[in-house]
Amino acid sequence: MFERILMANRGEIACRVIASAQAMGVEVVAVHSDADRDAKHVAMADRAVHIGGSAPGESYLRGDVIIRAALETGAQAIHPGYGFLSENPEFVDAVEAAGLVFIGPSADAIRAMGLKDAAKVLMEKAGVPVVPGYHGKNQDPEHLAGAADAIGYPVLIKAVAGGGGKGMRLVERAEEFAEALESAKSEAKTAFGNEAVLIEKYIQKPRHIEVQVFGDGQGAVHLFERDCSLQRRHQKVIEEAPAPGMTEEMRAAMGQAAVRAAEAIGYKGAGTVEFIVDGSRGLRPDGFWFMEMNTRLQVEHPVTEAITGVDLVEWQLRVAAGEPLPKQQGELAIMGHAFEARLYAEDVPKGFLPATGRLAHLSFPEGVRADSGVRAGDEISPFYDPMIAKVITHGPTRAIALRRLAAALEGTEVAGTVTNLAFLGALARHEGFGVGDVDTGLIARDIDRLVVAPEAGPEGVAMAALAACGLLDKAGAETGFALWAPLARDVVLRRNDDEIKVRLHSLGAGAHDLDIAGQRVEARRVGAGWRIDGQPAARVAVYASDITVFTQYGVSFQVIDPLERDSTAGGDTALIEAPMPGLVKAVFARPGQSVAKGDRLAVLEAMKMEHSLLAARDGVVAEVLVAAGEQVTAGAALVRLEAEAEVAAA
Amino acid sequence: MKLGTSALPGSEGFRANREAHLAALGVVAEAAALAAAGGGEAARERHLSRGKMAPRDRVANLLDPGSPFLEIGATAAHGLYDGAAPCAGVIAGVGRVQGIDCMIVCNDATVKGGTYYPMTVKKHLRAQEIAEECHLPCIYLVDSGGANLPNQDEVFPDRDHFGRIFYNQARMSAKGIAQIAVVMGSCTAGGAYVPAMSDVTIIVREQGTIFLAGPPLVKAATGEVVSAEDLGGGDVHTRLSGVADYLAEDDAHALALARQAVGSLNRSKPATVNWASPEEPAYDPEELLGVVPGDLRTPYDIREVIARVVDGSRFDEFKPRFGETLVTGFAHLKGCPVGIVANNGVLFSEAAQKGAHFVELCSQRKIPLVFLQNITGFMVGRKYENEGIARHGAKMVTAVATTNVPKVTMVVGGSFGAGNYGMSGRAYQPRFMWSWPNSRISVMGGEQAAGVLATVKRDSIERKGGEWSAEEEAAFKQPTVEMFERQSHPLYASARLWDDGIVDPRKTREVLALSLSAALCAPIEETRFGVFRM
Repeated sequence: MFERILMANRGEIACRVIASAQAMGVEVVAVHSDADRDAKHVAMADRAVHIGGSAPGESYLRGDVIIRAALETGAQAIHPGYGFLSENPEFVDAVEAAGLVFIGPSADAIRAMGLKDAAKVLMEKAGVPVVPGYHGKNQDPEHLAGAADAIGYPVLIKAVAGGGGKGMRLVERAEEFAEALESAKSEAKTAFGNEAVLIEKYIQKPRHIEVQVFGDGQGAVHLFERDCSLQRRHQKVIEEAPAPGMTEEMRAAMGQAAVRAAEAIGYKGAGTVEFIVDGSRGLRPDGFWFMEMNTRLQVEHPVTEAITGVDLVEWQLRVAAGEPLPKQQGELAIMGHAFEARLYAEDVPKGFLPATGRLAHLSFPEGVRADSGVRAGDEISPFYDPMIAKVITHGPTRAIALRRLAAALEGTEVAGTVTNLAFLGALARHEGFGVGDVDTGLIARDIDRLVVAPEAGPEGVAMAALAACGLLDKAGAETGFALWAPLARDVVLRRNDDEIKVRLHSLGAGAHDLDIAGQRVEARRVGAGWRIDGQPAARVAVYASDITVFTQYGVSFQVIDPLERDSTAGGDTALIEAPMPGLVKAVFARPGQSVAKGDRLAVLEAMKMEHSLLAARDGVVAEVLVAAGEQVTAGAALVRLEAEAEVAAA
Repeated sequence: MKLGTSALPGSEGFRANREAHLAALGVVAEAAALAAAGGGEAARERHLSRGKMAPRDRVANLLDPGSPFLEIGATAAHGLYDGAAPCAGVIAGVGRVQGIDCMIVCNDATVKGGTYYPMTVKKHLRAQEIAEECHLPCIYLVDSGGANLPNQDEVFPDRDHFGRIFYNQARMSAKGIAQIAVVMGSCTAGGAYVPAMSDVTIIVREQGTIFLAGPPLVKAATGEVVSAEDLGGGDVHTRLSGVADYLAEDDAHALALARQAVGSLNRSKPATVNWASPEEPAYDPEELLGVVPGDLRTPYDIREVIARVVDGSRFDEFKPRFGETLVTGFAHLKGCPVGIVANNGVLFSEAAQKGAHFVELCSQRKIPLVFLQNITGFMVGRKYENEGIARHGAKMVTAVATTNVPKVTMVVGGSFGAGNYGMSGRAYQPRFMWSWPNSRISVMGGEQAAGVLATVKRDSIERKGGEWSAEEEAAFKQPTVEMFERQSHPLYASARLWDDGIVDPRKTREVLALSLSAALCAPIEETRFGVFRM
């Protein structure tokens, strides 16, 4: 076994790997960027090496610097985590050339699976079923359209070098093909520098079921399947293992196919073979097709760990160190059911916009596995994936595990940024999901029902108001003292764009009556906690002027500073501001240009998405305040239109 | 030592006492509610329709959330001016702003436009007096038409009339006691000097006005036609005249600016006493209503009251075996060391000497004094006059008058005759003076007064050879008894600001603690006593 390894990643996966390695007595060297100087993974590691600037290109993607760090710290192996350099065969070559061990598959195996069309050909040869499609080199639009016709609509256009849903388009009718092809190609080009696409049959009621495989270069085993059908725009939201409705027959068929796939490329380490499954007529052994193989440890690996009792990171280290597979297929069995929900900093009602912020408060319920790369007080920065944590529950049956997930999400407390917690909670309570009736279209179909902005209700508003006044922890009989009738004061809170006015009657340190939207609410302290109208009150976190009440998955309020008078009341539509931190990708506006409402003025790339910034009204561009390529913070002014009066005068 | 109790909650006497106290409380609570309602619903609606906050809301929103508000004169002017000036048209009291004890004086424009009746002036001056003695920053929430013209003779010319307000502002400012004005309505004529004489002034845009003469008077005097806003509105005074310093958008903004101004005062409480950690009394203050007799003439042990007021009900009684009708001793009240002087009957010579001794001790040690007053007076009769009770009484009065430690007086029963002096009555300038609803205050009891008058009358009739029947005497005495009964009622006293307010007995501890907290915002000066008649 290694004495020391280097963890070439950040966030929760770095923390996850460090924990298992240290438990095995292996020292871990962390690497970090400027932004991650004080990150959790740095704190957990035995040593840490600074490798560059905050942007991934200046740090976590710099293979040479990482290899040098490993050599200088005496690390014998490098764990790539997922993302960044994990599926970069050149990096694997460089690691090995430096005399170090890459904890993962060979460069050849990565290459074999890296290009999707080539991978499919390879898999077909190995006897693994693949989706009907066109994987050819001819990228002529006419030819591709012809191939789509031959496969039959609906079809999917996918970037050959793609992943994560980028460069992917669903085309339902032939007349939409050309436009979709163009946008898929341009997105693929931006994302991967390769605009080649493939065409595939689009499966009705598709389910995404993947098989965890593990090879030692000689042979491979599978650790059963995971169902990742709950996706939003091809991003996994909640994963589970095993797949609901899975039969032993089909499981065996899929497992064998996956092992064949792994063995075909002499796979070493943890990998995942993704299949698309036709769920329209139940799960059948002939209804699954190979999609791709991910040659890394997956984000959702904990559900497999939960049902098999295997520590996949431990296996990775052991196999990389030269040990044979720790278990044979016959020694592996499924125990119960597990779920994982991905908790992100994102603004769900605003179209799942990635968010940033300092986590004023972060806590998970007791007894729940929460893999997280951040702690309370840490910053969700614009540089990386805004994942806060993976919440994992396990139970003897699917129903119990799912109920545990729902409860775990309800008990999860995050303050300081907006999150998708309420969305996850709504999913965990979705009836269709509850009975295992899942497919990749579920979220899109029910999105309106799932995306409900949480409301705190008068009880939550009451707690926020008391917190705003600093009265939750105040003791002393003199609080609210009056000789005769108590005085009543106003408390004004902001919730999204609404002002909430509360009238507060303090009767004593542990007794306040509040009038909220015409309703009288009684807050009383009982022991160390509060009760609202007799019911136990939600917990509250306060950070500067932000107050989060942990009810309905967290409802946040802002305390309005009465000294801060809103001079722009009425809404200034002249300024186009960045809705979130990001990189200005393009600026279309030019000074003096006349624009109409809805015209695209600039494109902001943030997290994994491109956001068009539109003119809020007709007008003339007065100033362009940024240039393409600039990194901007949330709220930064990008373009200013001339005031309407100026236009009228001109 | 922890005090014991002989209270029997649930006993008939306990219940009867409680009933009597609750009845007396009910009368006062009703009067307080009337005062708090200000000028009535119609005036209130008119006030609110102008975008103004109700006066009590202004106070509440100025104070820290949850701040106590030790209101003074909560029933001032009760029954005066035919009820035209509830709460004397001005709200005053001590509350916390940015954690600092401040004196708040807030005009109630719903009461005759906030104009100053004689009691309004007296209350404003009393608030300033407390502020000056306790070094409390003053915040004036101004919304007043100035002097009440029909009463001008009783509000303008004398020493303690309207002009004294500005004199006090200047004197306090000179002592470093901050004067902050928030102009939330009219500030006309003399009233204009409240903001002008303040250290910091805030004015609300298109609502506050400051001028020596309003538009009608200007037109009459010079023919100039000008709007109130152009004459002396917020914009004018913050931009052109410099009479005000900050322009507020509305009441809420103005109060926030006032809070900000207090935050910039750089004040902290002086080191005075050695605070202990506070502790609740061992006996429930709620029981005060049952342990104190409903009838003033029924004697009881004042330690029953002390036990329900002081920390842990612990009392270090000083000289317990001497002059037993006066109970003296040390205790803590919400952590503040206090010397307690409490009546347990008529004052005899020994009791008076003990009282003087104890006040000397507290003065030496700079321990604040709390007087629990229930006194029918000094003992009378040949024996006592001959042994010099007046001399001994004078010692106690001298000590109480000249000590410089803060004094707080709570009238828990009778306050009659010279006993009122020795027990730090109003004339002895306690920092605060409060009364229970069952208390009575007069130069002597009504029966005694009527008896004195009747004796004089009978002597006169009998000297002339006339006859005076018992019925005639009773009829003669009746009006005097009734007059004393009416005038000795705490509401009558409080209406005239003979005290700072009437207190629910169950809140005694809080009121004393808040009074001491305010009083200890000023350093305790060295005491130099006068000549004691030995």
